[in-house]
Amino acid sequence: MRVDLSKGSCTSEPLNMEWANLYLGQRGLASKYLSEEVDPKCDALGPDNKLIFATGPLTGTMASTSARYSVITKGPLTGAIACSNSGGFFGAELKYAGWDMVIFEGKSDKPVYLLVQDDRAELRSAEHLWGKSAWEADDIIHATHQDPQMRVACIGRTAENGCLYAAVMNDRHRAAGRSGVGTVMASKNLKAVAVRGTQGIGNVDDADAFVTATNDGKAVLAENAVTGQGLPAYGTQVLMNVINGVGGLPARNMRDVGFKGAENISAEAMAEPRKSDGKPNLTTNGACFGCTIACGRISTVDPTHFSVKDKPQYHGSSGGLEYEAAWSLGADTGVDDLDAITYINFLCNEDGFDPISYGATVAAAMEMFEDGVITTKETGGIELRFGDAEAFVALTEQFVSGGEFSADLGLGSRRLTEKYGKPELSMTVKSQEFPAYDPRGIQGIGLNYATSNRGACHLRGYTIASEVLGIPVKTELNDTDGKAELVKAFQDATALVDSAGLCIFTTFAWGMDNIAPQIDAACEGDWSVENCLETGERIWNMERLFNEAAGFTADDDKLPKRLLEEAIKDGPTKGQVNRLGEMLPKYYEVRGWTPDGKIPDETRKRLSL
Amino acid sequence: MQKSLNIDPGKCTGCLQCEMACSYEHTGTFNPSRSYIKVFTFHHEGRFAPYTCTQCDEAWCMRACPVDAISVDMATGAKVVSDDKCVGCKVCTIACPFGTINYSQATGKVVKCDLCGGDPQCAAACPTAAITYVDADWTGYDRMMASASKSLPSAETTAG
Repeated sequence: MRVDLSKGSCTSEPLNMEWANLYLGQRGLASKYLSEEVDPKCDALGPDNKLIFATGPLTGTMASTSARYSVITKGPLTGAIACSNSGGFFGAELKYAGWDMVIFEGKSDKPVYLLVQDDRAELRSAEHLWGKSAWEADDIIHATHQDPQMRVACIGRTAENGCLYAAVMNDRHRAAGRSGVGTVMASKNLKAVAVRGTQGIGNVDDADAFVTATNDGKAVLAENAVTGQGLPAYGTQVLMNVINGVGGLPARNMRDVGFKGAENISAEAMAEPRKSDGKPNLTTNGACFGCTIACGRISTVDPTHFSVKDKPQYHGSSGGLEYEAAWSLGADTGVDDLDAITYINFLCNEDGFDPISYGATVAAAMEMFEDGVITTKETGGIELRFGDAEAFVALTEQFVSGGEFSADLGLGSRRLTEKYGKPELSMTVKSQEFPAYDPRGIQGIGLNYATSNRGACHLRGYTIASEVLGIPVKTELNDTDGKAELVKAFQDATALVDSAGLCIFTTFAWGMDNIAPQIDAACEGDWSVENCLETGERIWNMERLFNEAAGFTADDDKLPKRLLEEAIKDGPTKGQVNRLGEMLPKYYEVRGWTPDGKIPDETRKRLSL
Repeated sequence: MQKSLNIDPGKCTGCLQCEMACSYEHTGTFNPSRSYIKVFTFHHEGRFAPYTCTQCDEAWCMRACPVDAISVDMATGAKVVSDDKCVGCKVCTIACPFGTINYSQATGKVVKCDLCGGDPQCAAACPTAAITYVDADWTGYDRMMASASKSLPSAETTAG
């Protein structure tokens, strides 16, 4: 479906199957559309940018983790291609309404939302929704249409206020979170997409083979220790103590590695009954659509905690802390108050902004405050010190309601630190904030961050699986040998998994030999392991070409000086820095790129680009 | 011997594999909107609850049907709607106290759980055993055993 927001029209068009055969779906296929239709040099927040909601061929099917959809656009935080992936139930619903993809173009004069009910799609006025949080907008849309089974993806107030890392929220607590895809949605005056689909999916290529392949896949997930036991019981938060233990947990704007308070904000702490009401922070685990892993955390804040004491609307259960958010809101700001960061995480969901970028931006602001670069004059009167939970809660409440310091915080760490003359304090790649693994302690993830097409991100190539958890094979944390090949393999495989509509967490248990048969049974054409891997590589290179055309060069494949020069002060990884220089030339080589990181003609030709 | 669907909401994660399996069995499509089992999410309570027909012995739907379109499958005990007879009058949907028989716009008939002829696909697809298919006389077996286990003397007192 193509929605021209300038004209107010919705039109149906067939999927380009020639491209689908080369780029599969979701991330890959939508990035192809974006590459063909959008000038990479355009203003990300101008009407020439497009915003694509895309499902994959397995989205909405009985394959495990079939919830995923992505939002693809040129990102305002990075200026690079942005693809943010989300679970929940919205993606499958879009597919059931009969749509693989929705391309939004232009800009509406007034706030609107897209209503999709099977074949029917129309733009409706969202003037009554503008200025509302994502949760309020979700409630109002459900009430308006008297349809509890409708699924809603929408933006909150931070996107409307121009925060450059605003998310698209769906199903209240699932997010296409990174790179500011929600900010692009706001720039188009598009508040929400509401979908009800009743047509289902009946065009699986080989239904019998598909049921067999997906059942085989589910059995593998159930039997694996990580996907069958660890993730359902502890969620991604199982990593907090593990990563801290190996000397890979950054803290306080990455000034330090290792955080004393880590265990207070870990999965184990979430399961501990609290004194006030005898309940643990964790209510239960919850699944996204079709997921047989069910790693999601559903949590409550202690109702007697200072942050929510007089706010009964936050006493119920909602999406709880995942590892990355617990790290950014916790270790990176030095705050080890589990209830405070659970509450702040609720606010991130309620008003739709990326907790990784937010926490890391606050951490940079805290370092500037402690260094005397900014004062209470800038922060709206808040003493912004590392480890101060009350200050952080007050700051976040001010941020969501557009208070004094919110415009600064909404810039993200790179622009914020530049504004106050301290760019070296920004812990970012391509202007996007790091997630929760320190590249000094863990070498390969540093190379992945530096070369990631959407800026610093663990979800482009999760080498932690190998470097820390030994999946599929253990590589040493501080080795640089072999990391170029490792990063490439993870990046390419991830691009393929995303493009299928599956969750990357399956790959703790699944290899491409588990995934390819599921795609092959669902889709026309040959989806062998080899073709899947080549498709992943093609997608990675296509994204790189978009960024190249947007003006990115090898100079942007870098890490902040702090991570290359300031050695870790103590702990098991003491003395280490990231040795990107040893890995990057090799990485370009294994990718078939020139020594200055350009994609030469023969590589383009090999990948049919 | 008949069996019953046995639902333990405490084990449900809300993944909807059951809804997909049900719709695939009955319509050949993955389509939760046409599933006869429904999982409800109670967001603020952090709870999930799968819900479907209990196959009442004295089935209100069967009694209410003016054209005798609902009959008992003697092998499974399921109350089964005959599409040939059903006229889509919806009286059964009013009679059912649980809301588990519903009209389908796609077929013009009412639809309800038929236990898949004795091999319920929802139970087969459930990854957490929140839905099982057990001896109809012993749906309390697991809870009974759990209670019984609490009355056991501890290992230390029995050892030696």
